[in-house]
Amino acid sequence: MTIAEKQQEVINEFSMFDDWMDKYAYLIELGKDLPVIDDQYRTEQQLISGCQSRVWLHAAYHDGSIKLTADSDAVITKGIVSLLIRVLSGHSPQEILSADFDFLETIGLKDHLSPTRANGLVSMVKQIQLYARAFHLKSMQ
Amino acid sequence: MAFDVENIRRAFPILNQEINGKALVYLDNGATTQKPDVVVQSLVDYYHKTNSNVHRGAHRLSQLATEQYEGARSYIASYINAAQAREVIFTRGTSESVNLVANSFDGFVDAGDQVLITTLEHHSNIVPWQQLCERTGASLQVVALDENGDLDLQDLQAKLSEKTKLLALAHISNVLGSINPIKQIVGMAHARDIPVFVDGAQAIAHTHVDVQDMDCDFYAFSGHKTYGPMGIGVLYGKEDWLNKLPPYQFGGEMIAHVSFEKTSFTTLPYKFEAGTPNVSGALGLEAAIRFIEEIGMEPIIAHEDNLLEYATDQLEKIEGLQVVGKAAHKTAVLSFVVEGIHASDIGTLLDQMGVAIRTGNHCAQPLIDKLGYHGVVRATIGLYNTKSEMDVMAEAVNKAVNMLR
Repeated sequence: MTIAEKQQEVINEFSMFDDWMDKYAYLIELGKDLPVIDDQYRTEQQLISGCQSRVWLHAAYHDGSIKLTADSDAVITKGIVSLLIRVLSGHSPQEILSADFDFLETIGLKDHLSPTRANGLVSMVKQIQLYARAFHLKSMQ
Repeated sequence: MAFDVENIRRAFPILNQEINGKALVYLDNGATTQKPDVVVQSLVDYYHKTNSNVHRGAHRLSQLATEQYEGARSYIASYINAAQAREVIFTRGTSESVNLVANSFDGFVDAGDQVLITTLEHHSNIVPWQQLCERTGASLQVVALDENGDLDLQDLQAKLSEKTKLLALAHISNVLGSINPIKQIVGMAHARDIPVFVDGAQAIAHTHVDVQDMDCDFYAFSGHKTYGPMGIGVLYGKEDWLNKLPPYQFGGEMIAHVSFEKTSFTTLPYKFEAGTPNVSGALGLEAAIRFIEEIGMEPIIAHEDNLLEYATDQLEKIEGLQVVGKAAHKTAVLSFVVEGIHASDIGTLLDQMGVAIRTGNHCAQPLIDKLGYHGVVRATIGLYNTKSEMDVMAEAVNKAVNMLR
């Protein structure tokens, strides 16, 4: 599936929720289900700044695609980062760099996109883009 | 007049709205308070009728604006019981007041000296002193807390030495709500001739402030945390001290005479008010304090103490919830953590339920680290909050905790 197709899939899932409680209950569930990050990546270095909760994000580059793993001590943050991973992980740096993030607004997480928002979704997106740019440059060398 | 919270709420139109489809419950008063109609009206009146630059114009409006601005200073001085109106300096807020004194204090601190603060300070009452120490080669000493969130007065006594050049501390902690025994502490410091700077940001709207009774040398607060406008604050300083300190910023009314060779500075309070002052802000702050006085500080204290006690009882029924800060004397601030649940998750869900609180380190990172948390949830009470809002908040926390478990 392309990034756009996966985003559409997420949008479809979220369209089934009538109220905020169902939506957040789902995010919490996603957060709890997110595979645990390898302990060696839960370090200061992988910590994203700008988040009120701590978020560790790791990216590995293999055969032209980026594999993302992440963890957070806040479960809603973890749920949101798991959506990003589901949509973006496994794609090439170029695909990630050209992706837009409108789907987050569509599923009603627009509030979380404000730069001052405590859970630092903006910082996560920026960090993923930064990894993609770095791997993209590396692949061209 | 009996304290009538419903009547008081009518003065705050902002409270009467829905957030995410739920009635707003505003419990972030420690960050900023809402403004009553009379405060907003004072700003409108000033700009509609009086706006003019102060202290310089030969014309009628300038005289009026000057009278009103100086009238606000006198009124505020008498509210905090300053001995002289000129001991009240208008600033942008508490942070600027701290910075003013810290920046003007270089000549009173030498290498090897000490500046003493406490563990419960917020960043604005830490960093300016830390910078003072870095400039002068002095060291920053920190008074410890006991397990309840009260200052350890024995530790304070032990750290007051001949090297200590200033003690700076909060009147009320913005995270724990502890009310420090300022009068007693000032007595301890003055016994060793050490001046005391009190950060009153969290106190001015919640308790009596009498600077002569406390005998502190400096007292700072912000207008916006006391139902007044943003961008206005006060530095109170004893006249002797303010005369001794050099000016902080230069230009405007603070100058007596200028030539290209030498400039002389004017007297208090203008010496510390460079540039065109925030006249409307000063008038708005006067209106805010008049509003508080009309209701009366005693009924406000009684109301807020009741709400704090009630909300604490309600929250403590929630399994795994721990109230942070159990000082013997405490006001208006209700911080808590819930075992196994991150503060930011609770904040996100409370927002969905229309409850405005704050989560995180509350600009008091060293304190939060010391307490061993990665953030706490903080509800802060104002004079317009109600008992039923405490129920809504506690029920929302309960719901959030159940969702997150």
